[in-house]
Amino acid sequence: MIDHALGASRYGSSDDPGAARRRRLAVGLLLAGLVLALAGLAAGSDGWSWPQLHGADSALIFGEIRAPRTLGAWLVGALLGLAGAVAQGLFRNPLADPYLLGSAAGASLAVALVLAVGSLGGVIPVMAAASGLARLGLVGAAFVGAFAGVALTLALARGAQQTPRLLLAGVVVGVVLSALGDLVATVAPESLRGKQVFMLGTTGFLGWANVGVLGVGLLLTLPVAWRLARVLDALTLGEDSARSLGLALARWRLLLVAVLALATGIAVSQAGLVAFVGLAAPHLVRRCAPAPNGYTLIASAAAGGTLLLAADVLARSLIAPQELPVGIVTAVLGGGYLLWLLRQRRLG
Amino acid sequence: MNSSAPSTCALRAEGVQVALGGPPVLRGVSLALHPGWTAIVGPNGGGKSTLLRVLAGLLAPQSGRIMLEGRPLTEHGARERGQRIAWLAQHEGSDACGELTVRDVVQLGRLPHLGLFAAPGPQDDAAVDAAMAATECSDWQCRRLYELSGGERQRVLLARALAVSAAVLLLDEPTTHLDPPHQVAVVRLMQRLAAAGTTVVSVLHDLPLALQADRLVVLDQGKVCAEGSPHATEVQASLVQVFGGALSIEQVGGRWTAVPCL
Repeated sequence: MIDHALGASRYGSSDDPGAARRRRLAVGLLLAGLVLALAGLAAGSDGWSWPQLHGADSALIFGEIRAPRTLGAWLVGALLGLAGAVAQGLFRNPLADPYLLGSAAGASLAVALVLAVGSLGGVIPVMAAASGLARLGLVGAAFVGAFAGVALTLALARGAQQTPRLLLAGVVVGVVLSALGDLVATVAPESLRGKQVFMLGTTGFLGWANVGVLGVGLLLTLPVAWRLARVLDALTLGEDSARSLGLALARWRLLLVAVLALATGIAVSQAGLVAFVGLAAPHLVRRCAPAPNGYTLIASAAAGGTLLLAADVLARSLIAPQELPVGIVTAVLGGGYLLWLLRQRRLG
Repeated sequence: MNSSAPSTCALRAEGVQVALGGPPVLRGVSLALHPGWTAIVGPNGGGKSTLLRVLAGLLAPQSGRIMLEGRPLTEHGARERGQRIAWLAQHEGSDACGELTVRDVVQLGRLPHLGLFAAPGPQDDAAVDAAMAATECSDWQCRRLYELSGGERQRVLLARALAVSAAVLLLDEPTTHLDPPHQVAVVRLMQRLAAAGTTVVSVLHDLPLALQADRLVVLDQGKVCAEGSPHATEVQASLVQVFGGALSIEQVGGRWTAVPCL
């Protein structure tokens, strides 16, 4: 699988000089991921410190807080990077992002509803909205909401056969569900604070249970997406040309949309709406090492994980002991990256 | 590379009617396509590209049907259809972002044989090499599509269609963007493939090239106005008529050619 992804197999050009760039990027992402993981373990509310491996407090900080948070941040980023690469390949649009098909708006509406019901009924104290059972309810709601948003988009577009119809339906669902979410927040203003945390994205609540869910999500989606990489390759020729090559495009596109929805839904449910990672990771990969989609999908997942891990370390350490919402850091980094792209004058 | 194509293979359109949300684009087109080179010509908007898409099974006709090897095209599975019919679009790959090298693009022609999962074997590599050699693009196999000129890109995409090794080759304006030597090379290639038993159908705007085909189909306003040998008087008369007398068909150096009436 890796040989294939690195372009060493016969599918892909073995003597392509780009193969060296692909290998360099793979090694770079691996090394950056390891270094950032160590930084993630060392970054704490009292600055940079390497926890002692003995003592109950250290074990708690190291094993139950920093380790799952670091691994969780990488996994959330990997899922978003993968989803972004799938979206950009599927829609042949370098500005497509994982939230395009209504998953973000669906998830935020669901979260707003749960928070509003909780705050109106006095069940969920707003300030503690992200703990214990309430947290579990929010995670479930975000996941269901993200999937419902994509399902609604698919229903409006009558399947995934026509790209413009699908994108338009995604925009409609996004706008309408966002408006409904705002309406809910207006009716129950106490839910606003909790909703804001969700909208900005956060890696602060990731524990081992979340890491498990995220890991299973990546294990489910990455191999399926990788197996469908040739569909994305064929789509570069145009939809009719891809169909003329004997691809049952309607079926494979639906499966790719399902992968996109699952990866995004799981990431969003665990960490809220983290901005720009899904857009920027595949971009970075394509610019550093243009390659067939088999490589791009895997490298985008690795790049997404690395990016979010870097953002998480920055969010924790920039104004320590206080923490920035990680979504703000990714938005600033992502915005800067897009500006840089603008100066390069060529998108995609 | 298509020497294994069965000589009995033929594509047939029977009373094909197509409307794309407006007036009919094809009005009851019936056409039998046998091994050999058939050129489809006619004025802009006459339905040539639409006919090619219907023949490739990419567009379902409102009425009528397409028969492949004596069976309705719709009864052939998608992959089976992809193996038997190769189609080159008019503006194929125009939004290619550059992630694929030239060889990757040509290798996509093997998808109908490989499916999504199988790794390419020696037979696939040989087909890709032969297709690239046929259109003289072997030297750029590691370059990206966006680095190439329009003509170079067209040769790569033509190689992609050839790499399918299909019995039926549907080419929509295969000589677009090509300089005269490469236009001639493509014509010779189509003649070679036709002689080897492939059913080559090409839409062409370049009438002097089209007149070198084995058969000519004159299409105007969604109807077949004439079909037959390019040497036939009634076919040439129809050609002059559909272009409003803007050209004449003359013999130069023993070959028929179209000359604009300036």
